[in-house]
Formats: sequence, C-alpha cells, structure tokens
Amino acid sequence: METILTTHFADDGYRRIDTYRGFGGYDALRKALSMTPEGIIDEVKKANLRGRGGAGFPAGVKWGFLPKDLSRLRVLVVNADEGEPGTFKDRLIMSHGPHLMIEGIAIASFALRAHFSYVYIRGEFVREARIVDEAVAEAYAAGFLGKNILGSGFDLDLTVHRGAGAYICGEETSLINSLEGKRGWPRLKPPFPAAVGAFGLPTIVNNVETLADVPWIITHGGEKFASIGVEKNGGTRLIGVSGAVNRPGVYELPAGINLKEIIYNHAGGIKDGKELKAVIPGGSSTPVLRADEIDVSYDIESMAKIGTMAGSGGVIVIPEGTCMVRALSVLMNFYAHESCGQCTPCREGTGWLKKIVGRIEAGKGRAGDVELVLDLCDNMLGRTICPLADAAVMPAQSFIWKFREEFDRHIDEQKCPYGNRF
Amino acid sequence: MSVAFSENGRAEFERLLTRYPDKEAVILPTLYLAQREFGHVSDEAIVYVAGLLGVSPAQIEGVATFYTMYNRKPVGKYHVQICRNISCSLLGAEHLIEHVAGKLGVKPGGTTPDGKFTLSLAECLGSCGTAPVMQVNDDYYENLTEASIDAILDKLP
Repeated sequence: METILTTHFADDGYRRIDTYRGFGGYDALRKALSMTPEGIIDEVKKANLRGRGGAGFPAGVKWGFLPKDLSRLRVLVVNADEGEPGTFKDRLIMSHGPHLMIEGIAIASFALRAHFSYVYIRGEFVREARIVDEAVAEAYAAGFLGKNILGSGFDLDLTVHRGAGAYICGEETSLINSLEGKRGWPRLKPPFPAAVGAFGLPTIVNNVETLADVPWIITHGGEKFASIGVEKNGGTRLIGVSGAVNRPGVYELPAGINLKEIIYNHAGGIKDGKELKAVIPGGSSTPVLRADEIDVSYDIESMAKIGTMAGSGGVIVIPEGTCMVRALSVLMNFYAHESCGQCTPCREGTGWLKKIVGRIEAGKGRAGDVELVLDLCDNMLGRTICPLADAAVMPAQSFIWKFREEFDRHIDEQKCPYGNRF
Repeated sequence: MSVAFSENGRAEFERLLTRYPDKEAVILPTLYLAQREFGHVSDEAIVYVAGLLGVSPAQIEGVATFYTMYNRKPVGKYHVQICRNISCSLLGAEHLIEHVAGKLGVKPGGTTPDGKFTLSLAECLGSCGTAPVMQVNDDYYENLTEASIDAILDKLP
C-alpha cells in the first residue's frame, strides 16, 4: 500500500534534516521554486487534497481565496492545535517528520506569496514544539527558510507559537485571535481570514497534515495523488484509532478505505475478544455509528451519506458493556469545559447538556429529560459564531437517536444499568 | 513585592519581540516565560508583563485566565495531569485517577502538604492512541497502569 507521509517515520533520525534530505527531502521545494505560484496551486487542486483538520475543504480552492492584490503582506498559519478527543495524528508528523511539514509550509508560502508563517502548536505538546523548533533552525541554516531561499529571491520567516490550553483555538478564527495575543474567541465571518486574518492581513490557515502532503504532490504530481484516494478525496489519510482495539495507533491509509477494515484489519479488532458496540468515526464531535453501520468507505462524501463525518481522522472504538450515557457524559463535560463562553446558546447549552446527561447517568434523571436534551440541541445547532456548539450537539443527538433505550433505562430504573463505571 | 525576569529571561523576551509584528502578539509567550521564571502567574507577574508590553494589566489578566496552562495559583513541584477524556476513560482512566488521588491523598485540584505534587484532570491530552495518558510538568507518560504510575511518581526526586 502506497504511503505518502509515514514511509520513513520508523527510520532513525528522520526528524533531522540530513536524514530527511537523504531521502530526497527539500527536492520538492527546489522544484516548486522553479514553478509559478499558480502552477503549484493547480497541482494541489488536481490532487483533490481535502483539508485534514476536520472540515475537509479542498485546499487548492481555499488557497485561491486570497485577494489578487499583491501589495499587501500575506500570512500562512499552520493549525497544529490538535485537540479534538480521538485525534492524535499531527503529533506524529511533528515528532517523526517535522521537515515534511516545514517543506510543505515553504512550498505553500511560495504559492501563496506569503513571507510570514506561524505554526500554532497546542501548548501541551512541549516536546513536539521543541522538535519542530530544532527542525526550523536546521531549515534556516540550510537555506530552506529565511532570506532568498535557494537563490530564488523568495523570503520566508517561520515562527513556532505555542497555544496555552484551549480546545477552541483549533477553530481558525479563534486560533488567529490567540496568535495575536488575545483570548481565543472565534470571530464572526465574513470577513473570512483569506481577506482579513492574522494581524489584519490576508491569511490562509491549514492543518499540519494538509501541508505535509504538499511536497509529495509537487514531486509526483497532483493526478498521482488523486489516484490514490477516491473521487473528490485524494491521497492517504492519517487515521488515529483509539479506545478498545488491540493495536491502537496512527495508520496511513488511502482515503476511501473501509471503516470496518480499519478497525478489524489494521487496528487488530476489539480488545479482550469483545464485540463492537459503537464507533465515533472522526473525532469526538462526529455523530456516533452503531456496530452494524461501519461497513462504509471512510471518505468525506460516503460518511456524509450515512449522517456522520470522517472529520479529523480520529476513530474511537467503544466495546460491548460500555454505558453510552456515561460515554456521552464524558464528552459533554469536555464541551462544557471548552466552550469559550462568547455565544449564549453554546455557553449555556453545553452547561445544560453536561448537567442533564450527568444526572441521567447518576440515576437522577427525570421523565422528559431526554426530550429536553434534544430540545436544547435544536436551540444550539447552527446558532453560534463557531461550530463548537454543533460539535457538542452532534454526539448528543446521535447517542440518543442510536442508543435511546439506554437513556430511558437509566431514567426508569433510577440507576446506571452498567454500574456507573467504565 | 515586585518581580522581574532574570537576565536569561530578559534576553529571551527581547528575542520574542523580534518574531511578531506587534507587542500584543507576544503576550502568550511572555506569560509562559513569566510562569517559568516565577513559578506561577501571580498578580505581580501580570502587572510586570503588562508593563513590559505596554498594555493594561486587565488585558493580560483576561488572556491569562482564558487558557488552562497558565497557573494563576502556585502548583506543586510536579503538576500531575491525568487525561479523563473518552479514549483514556474507555481504558481505565477513572480508576487511575482514583488510584493517584488515594496515593497522594489529595483530590483533583489539590496539592500535597509538602508541595511536591498537584493533581489535576485534563480534558484530552491528544495522545489517544497510547491511552491512558498523563502529563507531569512538560513530559507525557503513556499506556499507564496503576503499577507504572506508582513507579513514575515514586522515582521523581
């Protein structure tokens, strides 16, 4: 199976520039600098590279949103604020192949005519931030960053910026506010970052994995990348499998691989010989699937058809015997904790979801509580500046729609039928 | 009581200023620096950082309180943060939290009387494939069991 990103991740020293260059690293940057910016963007469009941060927007199209006016500075911001529960793939790139990301940043910046780039890394990833810092210093020393890169006349300054513990900063406008030194409150759109972004300048925000794919696309061509995936979803994806599987971890697989195959063939099936109960397919905010729903292609369109998302590629596996109300309660705690508080429906709504789901789980649920949760969800969905409220609603609704009898049993019996424990 | 950066801290602060287009953008990294230099982000530290950057203390306070990684109160020598989100919970994090709380004799949020450990709960450390996970100061510890946590904590000087 062809891999794009992880091919050399097991090779000793791949995070160092010498080893990376030994495998042809930075040849793609050299090639890109001989192309036109438009030519690079065309290749990325041909590649059908969809953003790997969760929303899945076509990267080349996004790059085309920058204003044509070249008199203003432009900024490329790299979203390395990996915080969606279940998702842990960008960490792998930063710790094992930081130069893939840096080379992708240099190529993308040249294509976007951006002379400043910031990598916004979640604050907890102290080790990864150090590794990326060292790699950035190596890239400067080798002339792949800084002034007049490889004699092309192109300048790029790259700065690593650490977040400070806030899930909301993974949302691009919140991330921009945080980069500017503010509270990480999402911004109303429009204006979109491509018009008014970081420091008031036209800005593109891309995920780490998205950018790490770019060198391969330049080396091998967009069409080759597109041919690895399925229609409209080019390339491979880093899929993180966690929870009750025998071999949790990150697997690089072609976009469009079957979800069941991911869990049973690659991640080794369910831990302790148990049966599968449910799967959260693309990070904690994506609607849950029952065990009988997972025979599906893991691409953006196919997942949408069955009412869920491949999201940020985090597959969370839930085994038989797990209390789904408790699982939802854990998620609702998270969203209530991480709501930035700016929009009332989210600030209040996530708090109520946490409280009501928590009391159902504790055996103190009241008749009508389940309907109340669904009603709250209706009053949150699509009514806030950013998608955090939606991210709380999607699991809440889907857990109830698919496992309603467990919620009802908790209320009828006034206790957790599973004994309140995982 | 007033606080001030050491010579190293001051040099690092000056370097930070060259990496951003305005002083406001240096607030987050400067707060990290303050936390490292002073142990936690005290009221004095907030006033000091505000003075360095030429913004109001209220603005610095607003930023510092938004993010979970700035400690407005002192924490122990070792800040033990156990992840309790879904993947860690599915693999026993709840039991581990109880175990550590019992071992240290503190509830989450508490600090041991000798000031050595503060126990906190984290809402996802982004290391779900190696769950259960905890962070002690800057370091991650993965695939935890009660025995491995005991070994890790007992070894800390």
